[in-house]
Amino acid sequence: MQPTHSSRRILLPVRNWFIVFTLMVALVLNLVPFGRLPGIPDWVALVLAFWCVHQPLKVGMAAGFVLGLAMDVADASVMGQHALAYVLLAFGAAGWSRRVLWFPLAQQALHVLPMFLGMQLVMMVTRMIGGSEFPGVLWFLSSFTATLLWHPVTYLLLIPQFRPEDKDVHRPI
Amino acid sequence: MSVVGHAPPPFFKRGPAPLVRLAFFVSLSLVLLIADLRFHTLEWARLAVATAAWPLQRATGMPIDAAGDFGAYLSRQATLLKENEDLRRRQLGTANLLLRQDHLEQENKRLRTLLDMRERQPVEGRIAEILYAARDPFSRRVIIDKGSQQGIAAGQAVVDDIGVIGQVARVFPLTSEVLLLTDKEQAIPVAVQRNGLRAVLAGAGAGMMELRFLAANAEVQVGDVLVTSGLDGVYLPGLPVAKVVKMDRDSSHSFARITCEPLAGVERHGLVLVLGSRTALPPQPDDAPATPDLPKGKRVKKKVR
Repeated sequence: MQPTHSSRRILLPVRNWFIVFTLMVALVLNLVPFGRLPGIPDWVALVLAFWCVHQPLKVGMAAGFVLGLAMDVADASVMGQHALAYVLLAFGAAGWSRRVLWFPLAQQALHVLPMFLGMQLVMMVTRMIGGSEFPGVLWFLSSFTATLLWHPVTYLLLIPQFRPEDKDVHRPI
Repeated sequence: MSVVGHAPPPFFKRGPAPLVRLAFFVSLSLVLLIADLRFHTLEWARLAVATAAWPLQRATGMPIDAAGDFGAYLSRQATLLKENEDLRRRQLGTANLLLRQDHLEQENKRLRTLLDMRERQPVEGRIAEILYAARDPFSRRVIIDKGSQQGIAAGQAVVDDIGVIGQVARVFPLTSEVLLLTDKEQAIPVAVQRNGLRAVLAGAGAGMMELRFLAANAEVQVGDVLVTSGLDGVYLPGLPVAKVVKMDRDSSHSFARITCEPLAGVERHGLVLVLGSRTALPPQPDDAPATPDLPKGKRVKKKVR
């Protein structure tokens, strides 16, 4: 089957403040103290991966690093743990952005799932080298929740960029 | 793609190559990781950022608190009445002890002066509420609502109404972090209540604890209650800590594997008591090993930061 790039409508240019705003909202959502409840997605990772895929020239590893440091403090974890994981996630997402966007949303989600899992694996390896306990298999559930959320989050974050659909017969685009 | 407002992508001026940037940020993160894990040098940065983020953190906790409050509001009156009744009965049951406590303490003090022994330290405590469990899935920590402004200091012991739950690990101005006993980095010197056998209890993850470095034929039974021995100068002696739930005396190992379960509600939420710091113990003689329980070289860290 030939890919159609059907997932990519022609969009308005993104506004920088909107990117910053959504990343801040994700950070605040991550601060909500759910404790050890499994399956709560890492909102920052999700939004960061989204912007790295859609705007690789604007959001990249520097943003990942700064957000990672913020998460390290908020999470009371070791400094640098989230930073390292988010930098690698941003690198992977930005590197794959040209490929991922050719696919429909469901398959895009399948592309980001290994990125999220890899991110959690990096965090786990760094912490277990530091002598921490294994957090349990259920902890990886949050990657799958984030993957399921890729579809709604895409629509939510692209809303400001959608153009009104007024069909003009004289202009095909 | 020449949509109005789209700038043409910068073809040539893109800064360093992605791999160079990746190497830079990864090495920066690794430096931070090592600085924090090995040398604990980044506490001041954490303190500053955490203080600035405190109002935000409380605000995000509000929906969860509200949900909890709503659930409590809906809990039936019968439950409340029963709980009230229970508490009253318990209070009556302990009233006898409480009323005589003062008298007994006085008597104890007098006897100790007669015997020329060091006085036992008075217990003073500060009631705090557990706000939430830290999100970090790799360690067992909870956040309580008292901080350095209220006189909490790192290293103080935290107990609930049944026994020890942990130790204050980090102090922020208005909150502090308590490292629970079940955390892998936490160790606590204990004694078996039945026969006074001393040992070290360390977190084993998954909500359990492990009695370390006891010989395979050590005199411990399933069901034994472990209390703090007070040898570390942090915990007062005699606080209940854990109960032995499983013993594995495998003769091929030199040590027995003894699994224990915390007595106190370590993984639950509620009110806790932060005990005041103990004054320093007299300096130990140089020739004696510093802590006879711990074989040298084993990684048993006691968190006193």
